[in-house]
Amino acid sequence: MSKKLVVYLMAEPETPELARAAVDGGADLIELGIPFSDPLAEGPVIREAAERALARGMRTRPCLDVLARIRGLVHVPIVPMTYAAILEAYGYERFAADAAAAGASSAIVVDLPVEVHPEVKRVQLIAPTSTDERIRTAAANTDGWLYVVSLTGTTGAREEVSQRLDALVARTRALAPAGLPLYAGFGVSTPEHARAYAEVADGVVVGSRAVQVAEDGPDALRAYVASLRAAIDA
Amino acid sequence: MSTTTFGTYGGRYVPETLIPALDELEAGWRAALADDAFHAELHHLATTYAGRPTPLTLAERFAPGKRIYLKREDLLHTGAHKLNNALGQAVLARRLGKKRIVAETGAGQHGVATATVCARFGLDCVVYMGEEDMRRQRPNVERMYLLGAEVVGVTFGTKTLKEATSEAIRDWITNVETTHYLIGSCVGPAPYPELVAELQSVIGREAREQVLAAEGRLPEAVVACVGGGSNAIGTFHGFLDDADVRLVGVEAAGAASLGTGRAAVLHGARSSVLADEDGQIADAHSISAGLDYPGVGPEHAFLRDTGRAEYRAATDDDALAAFQDLARTEGIIPALESAHACARARDLDAELILVCLSGRGDKDLDEALRALGRMS
Repeated sequence: MSKKLVVYLMAEPETPELARAAVDGGADLIELGIPFSDPLAEGPVIREAAERALARGMRTRPCLDVLARIRGLVHVPIVPMTYAAILEAYGYERFAADAAAAGASSAIVVDLPVEVHPEVKRVQLIAPTSTDERIRTAAANTDGWLYVVSLTGTTGAREEVSQRLDALVARTRALAPAGLPLYAGFGVSTPEHARAYAEVADGVVVGSRAVQVAEDGPDALRAYVASLRAAIDA
Repeated sequence: MSTTTFGTYGGRYVPETLIPALDELEAGWRAALADDAFHAELHHLATTYAGRPTPLTLAERFAPGKRIYLKREDLLHTGAHKLNNALGQAVLARRLGKKRIVAETGAGQHGVATATVCARFGLDCVVYMGEEDMRRQRPNVERMYLLGAEVVGVTFGTKTLKEATSEAIRDWITNVETTHYLIGSCVGPAPYPELVAELQSVIGREAREQVLAAEGRLPEAVVACVGGGSNAIGTFHGFLDDADVRLVGVEAAGAASLGTGRAAVLHGARSSVLADEDGQIADAHSISAGLDYPGVGPEHAFLRDTGRAEYRAATDDDALAAFQDLARTEGIIPALESAHACARARDLDAELILVCLSGRGDKDLDEALRALGRMS
């Protein structure tokens, strides 16, 4: 089975065309960022993208409208990724319902621990610091796949691939239900990184670099995603 | 995971990477609290290094017709109450085997307190500070350098305490296995609000005994300024069970998280926050860098909702007037933060009042004199 390629894009008015280009380039899933003013897990690239989006009025409802427009253009799953502050204001159950109505498959809420708000079915995250017990709980409660944060740190490109991914994936496979897909992210920017991550995990998440390339338009993004796809499939 | 909340406030809204560290911190904290040696070490440091107990001063000329007592945290080593918390957390960090400390600072008092305890214990120290605050609190930046800390300027957003806190947390996410995050107020994910309140509660315990000794009765009201709220919560904790004692927190009018905020999530906790209807955090504005923060400790939001504490606002001009008056009538130059509490205390409808004078104003001279020049 071929490895999955997840591409993160910040919700902006132009994002539907970018998402279509990413899927044309070989993305299997679009992670759609709903911007928050104080995103603790983000490095500078995504934080600045969030600031730009907010300055253009990309609040929760307009972001869900963008999600619905993407739904009309592509046939891959779309997963909104955001922060608890957004759901706190919008309403947890209301967010889950409206996102689903807009065409979302699940959600990622990066600062919402697995123990709270179970009414929001979501993709859980694990990190190198997670205990075995927490990995078991996350795996048991996750919605579809598990997001493996490959390093301790914020989002953003790194020179080298994380040295901790192999051990974390191996530990997680031993603790998670058999066959649960593990998609690894944080620090992936080049085709070489993507290939290295895909050799270990079931999928690769590319965020900050995709957001940067997306600034150059759909053609640039399509080419970039295609280069990742080729590296993963090689 | 901790379920520590204050009513519906508090919690742990942080990325998974930090949750095990918070569990470890909470376990270490509970163990320390149960350990007489921890308390003995803190007491020794408080009395031989920090300068506790701090005195209580009757401010007769500042507020004629009232009996306003100032709890003199400005006389604590480093010039503010922040050292109570920094010392306690440094001892805790050593128990946890952490050699590197990261902190945020607004007015610079917490940064100085952190740099001080790191120097005292030989710990590496990195302090995040907004560039706007580095400008208006320059003396404290120089003190941190002298104490051997690395000060990292934060250049985005409001360039004040909110962004400095976010960057400190991002550093902690990156270096969590070697680093203790020495948060400066009763904010952040559990167990920090509870931990900081306990370490600051020495203020209220001492002040209660001192007022009783001086007056033979409890104060009618206890007043403290509220930014994140640590000097206020530490003072209030001495009087929470004294139902007849009013607890009054004073916020900066442009940063009134409790007065004009709404329930929202910021920096790992649910509290009362200056935020819009979508949950996006709004900018705060205050002449006082230490109060210039859109959030507040979750316990304050709880005390507001239950009615046990009341919260009022003071404008920049109110604070500047009290700043100048306290200097001229009592020979005490307060921090601009503490001047907010002094301003509301003197017009409070109570006679016997305890005010937490949380810090001294040397750091504020440039900013205050410039603003006073504009006022006159």
